[in-house]
Amino acid sequence: MSSTTTGWVRPKIEQNWLIRLLDWKPFLIFICLLPAIGLLAVFLTYPLGLGIWLAFTDTTIGRSGRWVGLENFEFMFEDPIFWNAVFFSVFYTGVATIGKFGLGLWLALLLNNHLPFKSLLRAIILLPWIVPTVLTAVAFWWIYNPQFSVISWMLIELGLRDTNVDFINTAWPARWSLIAANIWRGIPFVAISLLAGLQTISPSLYEAALLDGSTAWQRFRYITFPMLLPILAIVMTFSIIFTFTDFQLVYAITRGGPVNSTHLLATLAFQRGIPAGQLGEGAAIAVSMIPFLVFATLFSYFALARRKWQQGESND
Amino acid sequence: MATVEIRDVRKAFGSTQILHGVSVDIEDGQFVVLVGPSGCGKSTLLRMLAGLENITGGEISIGDRVVNKVPPKDRDIAMVFQNYALYPHMTVYQNMAFSRKLAGAPKEVMDQEVQKAARILGLEQLLHRFPRQLSGGQRQRVAMGRAIVRNPQVFLFDEPLSNLDAKLRVQMRSEIKDLHQRLKVTTVYVTHDQIEAMTMADKIVVMNHGRIEQAGAPLDLYDRPANLFVAGFIGSPAMNMLAGRIKDGSFIDGGGTRWPLPPAHAGRDGAEVVYGIRPEHLRLDPNGIQARIQVVEPTGSETQVTLRIGEISLMGAFRERIVANHGDVLAVSPDLPLVHIFDKASGQRI
Ligand SMILES: Nc1ncnc2c1ncn2[C@@H]1O[C@H](COP(=O)(O)OP(=O)(O)OP(=O)(O)O)[C@@H](O)[C@H]1O
Ligand SMILES: [Mg+2]
Repeated sequence: MSSTTTGWVRPKIEQNWLIRLLDWKPFLIFICLLPAIGLLAVFLTYPLGLGIWLAFTDTTIGRSGRWVGLENFEFMFEDPIFWNAVFFSVFYTGVATIGKFGLGLWLALLLNNHLPFKSLLRAIILLPWIVPTVLTAVAFWWIYNPQFSVISWMLIELGLRDTNVDFINTAWPARWSLIAANIWRGIPFVAISLLAGLQTISPSLYEAALLDGSTAWQRFRYITFPMLLPILAIVMTFSIIFTFTDFQLVYAITRGGPVNSTHLLATLAFQRGIPAGQLGEGAAIAVSMIPFLVFATLFSYFALARRKWQQGESND
Repeated sequence: MATVEIRDVRKAFGSTQILHGVSVDIEDGQFVVLVGPSGCGKSTLLRMLAGLENITGGEISIGDRVVNKVPPKDRDIAMVFQNYALYPHMTVYQNMAFSRKLAGAPKEVMDQEVQKAARILGLEQLLHRFPRQLSGGQRQRVAMGRAIVRNPQVFLFDEPLSNLDAKLRVQMRSEIKDLHQRLKVTTVYVTHDQIEAMTMADKIVVMNHGRIEQAGAPLDLYDRPANLFVAGFIGSPAMNMLAGRIKDGSFIDGGGTRWPLPPAHAGRDGAEVVYGIRPEHLRLDPNGIQARIQVVEPTGSETQVTLRIGEISLMGAFRERIVANHGDVLAVSPDLPLVHIFDKASGQRI
């Protein structure tokens, strides 16, 4: 036995420099990552870098700018319209997220029960999400139209009102109207994602809880909610990011008006940068969104960090 | 602790009838095992007892109270599921304490009860682990601990050992049995493993296709199976069954071999019957029936031999150590008082 193993000699392979290079781990890692790094650099890092650089120049459309340091930001911080946009971005994101998750979770719980026409209902619920955002926006623009609003028409026909409803002509009604449109559009994503999460919870857990003497509320509180939390955190992070950076709905329905009261940071940045031509200023506003987005990502990082009960190893 | 009475219970899912009138009486403190092949409706019956399925017909009572309309949490039962159904996001302690917590028990009382159950099951060191950090046998014990903390009138088990390996299964089998002897709580236990049923039960209920084939003490079922199904189901290796007819006071099998008949049956000349003899009730007998050896399987304590008599194949289990080759001749004869005779048409014992 031992004589046969020690008698075996590894055949000598001719090793030229290429083989040795490809056998060298750091080089191999570099080669394998190259395509991904290339794509990221061209489509993510370059635009981001350009945007940040523009924010420190006085570039306008048609004239390449000079480095002006923090001037754009100084101007921005003294601009009440900017602060108004910050306020509305946070308010819009906060209220819309609460609305979307409240209604979305409720819908998901309903759909997780045995209902007649369940698959049809699910398909219907997905509709608002399948429709392109701009179409949604145009539809809402008509719904909120001061003269032709279908809601106003119905209320008047029913005799509940004498005049048309003011949806988007004054600041607060306009804000609430936009939030309502965003919630309507965002519910399907939340509901379907949470429904997928609900369906991974084993029915026998509910049966066990039933035998343990739980009420319906206790089953939600102690079984459904904690087990849904990981997926809830992911979906919420995405939803917050998408809502905070929303552009299409607001731009198509109110263009930031009346009197700049419904500008989000994204619409304001566009407004300043493209129609008004102040690329540097627009870029500075866009860059100011980064801290908020970093915060949302950190939130996801910590909230999503695998919980102890999901880990396989014992680490107590 | 309580008696359980199941009276003519029926169950249908839509138009499919699953249980066709099942009646079982369970005494206070008894350990009853429901056993039967896959799909015969054991789990369904157990879940009806627990209140997880509604009852299509008949009546179930627990401790003199009809529970057909009583919700699960008010039935005072605890169930151990096949997949354990431990709450993955709770520690062992929280899993066991959950029912007490829902009931609003004071912290100290809850603590005491969980500690007591943990002591019984040897889980004291594991109370702060999550289910994922436990082995299969430990999870099994936590599931039982959760049931014990409930301190119920009736324990229900649905194939609790089927996810464990063979060795652990034997160990847990005796642990459950031991637990029952200590706590003396009425227990209904579902399995499709007849050895589990034989070793654990005070009373076995053999089910098939939604009907009860026979119910009784394990050894009664072994000694006097009521029909061919029970005869084939109980006992391992399974009973040999030879089809044939009675002629001139003996049994003639399909190949024309003549077998001795218990005197009580000698009078039924011409009857078509099935002749049942358990492998362990065949004896080596130089004057017996000549059989050819197919396979010899020594297990150490006994020797199992597959035999061939004409076209008929049968199994023998002998205390003796047999050294023989394929094709050798072995003479065997049945232990006459232990022969079972069944009517061929109905399958019932006669
Ligand atoms: N929810 C249901 N809807 C329709 N049929 C069902 C349902 N649950 C069970 N059945 C049917 O009822 C029959 C009995 O099922 P049950 O789960 O009680 O079998 P079992 O004896 O426990 O089998 P096993 O040993 O495989 O667990 C099966 O034929 C099954 O297909
Ligand atoms: Mg089953």
